[in-house]
Amino acid sequence: MIAEIGHYALVLALVLACIQGVVPFWGARRNDATLMQVADGTAIGQLIFVSLAFAALTNAYVTSDFSVLNVVENSHSAKPLIYKITGVWGNHEGSMLLWALILVIFGAAVALFGRNLPQRLKADVLAVQAWVAIAFLLYLLIASNPFVRVDPAPLEGQDLNPLLQDIGLAVHPPLLYLGYVGFSIAFAFAVAALIEGRIDAAWARWVRPWTLAAWLFLTLGIAMGSYWAYYELGWGGFWFWDPVENASFMPWLAGTALLHSALVMERREALKVWTILLAILTFSLSLLGTFLVRSGVLTSVHAFAVDPQRGLFILVILAVFVGGSLALFGLRAGGLKQGGLFAPVSREGALVLNNILLTTATATVLVGTLYPLALEAATGGKISVGAPYFNATFGPLALALLCAVPFGPLLAWKRGDLYWAAQRLWYAAGAALLAGAVAFYVEQGGPLLAPFAVAIALFVIVGAFAEIVERTQLFRVSPGDTLRRAAGLPRASWGAAFAHCGLGLTLLGVTAATAWSIERIDMMRAGQAMEVAGKSLVLTETGLRNGPNYQDFVARFTLRQSGVAVTEVESSKRVFAVRQMTTTEAGLVTFGFSQLYVSLGELQETDGAVAVRAEWKPLVLLIWIGPVLMAFGGLISLADRRLRVGAPRPARARLQPAE
Amino acid sequence: MTRKGRRLVLIGVAGVVLSAAAALVLTALNDTIVFFNGPTEIVQNPPEPGKRLRLGGLVEPGSVNRQGPDVRFEVTDGNNKIIVAYAGLLPDLFREGQGVVAEGSLATDGTFRADHVLAKHDENYMPKEVADTLKQQGHWKSDVR
Repeated sequence: MIAEIGHYALVLALVLACIQGVVPFWGARRNDATLMQVADGTAIGQLIFVSLAFAALTNAYVTSDFSVLNVVENSHSAKPLIYKITGVWGNHEGSMLLWALILVIFGAAVALFGRNLPQRLKADVLAVQAWVAIAFLLYLLIASNPFVRVDPAPLEGQDLNPLLQDIGLAVHPPLLYLGYVGFSIAFAFAVAALIEGRIDAAWARWVRPWTLAAWLFLTLGIAMGSYWAYYELGWGGFWFWDPVENASFMPWLAGTALLHSALVMERREALKVWTILLAILTFSLSLLGTFLVRSGVLTSVHAFAVDPQRGLFILVILAVFVGGSLALFGLRAGGLKQGGLFAPVSREGALVLNNILLTTATATVLVGTLYPLALEAATGGKISVGAPYFNATFGPLALALLCAVPFGPLLAWKRGDLYWAAQRLWYAAGAALLAGAVAFYVEQGGPLLAPFAVAIALFVIVGAFAEIVERTQLFRVSPGDTLRRAAGLPRASWGAAFAHCGLGLTLLGVTAATAWSIERIDMMRAGQAMEVAGKSLVLTETGLRNGPNYQDFVARFTLRQSGVAVTEVESSKRVFAVRQMTTTEAGLVTFGFSQLYVSLGELQETDGAVAVRAEWKPLVLLIWIGPVLMAFGGLISLADRRLRVGAPRPARARLQPAE
Repeated sequence: MTRKGRRLVLIGVAGVVLSAAAALVLTALNDTIVFFNGPTEIVQNPPEPGKRLRLGGLVEPGSVNRQGPDVRFEVTDGNNKIIVAYAGLLPDLFREGQGVVAEGSLATDGTFRADHVLAKHDENYMPKEVADTLKQQGHWKSDVR
């Protein structure tokens, strides 16, 4: 019964979305306030009904209602409660329901918090948002219904993919979707602006917080996914340039570009057309990501469903929204008024360079991701494009961008002084040279690129705070004065500093963990030791241990350094009975920002020896601390007074006649 | 600088970045892409030693043999076999008689030296390339997928 209520709630949400897609839009064309206000109620109604559907599915999972097919296929009564709940979106249908839920959350948020928006813009935005909702609710109801019953109901379910039975599933998909789907708001704003044929600085001020919020969730979502893969997949990799990862990385790159170009639009009314295009492209890449992951054209741990009908459905959604919005862009973009002038060397110029490099980098990732698919479709040849391709294409572009990052905030709007900016960065350059030299000396014949990358990372980390140092007159006025100035700085400046610093930390972590990791593999018996990175890993005992729905083969180690036992570490192979599947539970020992990664391989039945892999990963934690700092920077920016929901009214009054 | 001049600078910078990126992409696509082959293709048409490629097929039952850090196993498509040598831990889903993809290159002695070994992710999933190869060789079991 409850499953039917969930199903019915989805239908009602679809009906409301259809109303919201037509009535407010029509109202906006006729300037009818009553019709436009309909959107508020329908947006909140959609949230209520989709939440109801989501709650119904969650209930089916928690109570292990095996009369629902989705629960049978992805759950088991012995599964711990937390994984029963997260298992709701650990499958194709449930994850699409989560997609829809987040979409309507954002829609309702615009309805609730967008009180200061001009009425017509708000009505248009919510109408566009409803079109997206219609597409995905239809997709759920027609091709991915999570509430299908099975009769007779089996007594037991088939369990969730063991790789997904991890706390990562509770965090990674919701964060990622908050990012993906959050960009739909920027998209809706862009399409609304094109429909209105008008766009101004106030528009950018409304779009920026939504974009910033989506971006910070996506940043955290990608980082969380990377950390999850690192500890769960058992080989300690943090990024594989897997098409599915690229699918989330491309909207992130485009979204980062959008954040920066919206800045130019907000302050200087320049780059209007470009900002609109970026908003469309960012969400298009989110949709493309959904298509790649959900259609089964790629085989990966994320591809739950291999079903051509579903793939075709998403492809149609993709074509309609991308094609439609780009066609609208082609029709209307020419009519948008050109904005302020700026010299090539200026804050605007730096942000344009940022955009050029980011979008080009996005394009190289896109080519690498789609080329194998295109080639196979065209010639039937099977190739794989892996890390070497991305290192050779994305790498140089990213490094070039990183070199430019510290300069950006130091350049004045309209016309900047590169020499003056460079003078403010001498200490960052000094730190970079020093770090590069130290790295070169310490690594002794390691990869040549690594000290170079370390230098760039330090330049970015230290240089990120150059603007703060300059504006607070650090060490040039009394400390009290500096503090007062620091408190008076716009929060966006602090946000940018932290975000850029996080970028540098990530590069440092990636470089160190890639270039200087040390790996040892051997067969070990109890009592034997393995030397890795100046430490001695002694296998003390092995044994079996039972969990709720799995059995662990556990190996315990003592880690010794210069003869002294430092700590104990445990690594295991986890066998899940229902799916007859094994996962690796890696043992991690943290030393500062570095980690020792211990994982187990196969067990030799004859003599009890087990294959052990120990890898020393220097500074590896920085890879994920960096994005957390970036997201923190985004959060601070979001709290900036100038971005508080709703722009100052005088600005709007002044800008309106400029049509 | 005039508006036109500024625009030219902008277009110039964009042009330089784009052409640099295009050059990078084209050379990288030439140098770094890896072709996929089954054992029969390799036996009939041996690639030059050292050329990177992906080898896919089923793990021959009883062929897995580990010595210290090195493991050797055979990949078969039913007609031909290739011996794979790999220094590392086999993935969790690696199993005898199941699909596998090894990435690496052919050594002069005819063994395949792999630096990556990928196994299928769960019972519903087999690397697409392997499934297609098996279909070609007529070893496709409909219950595999």
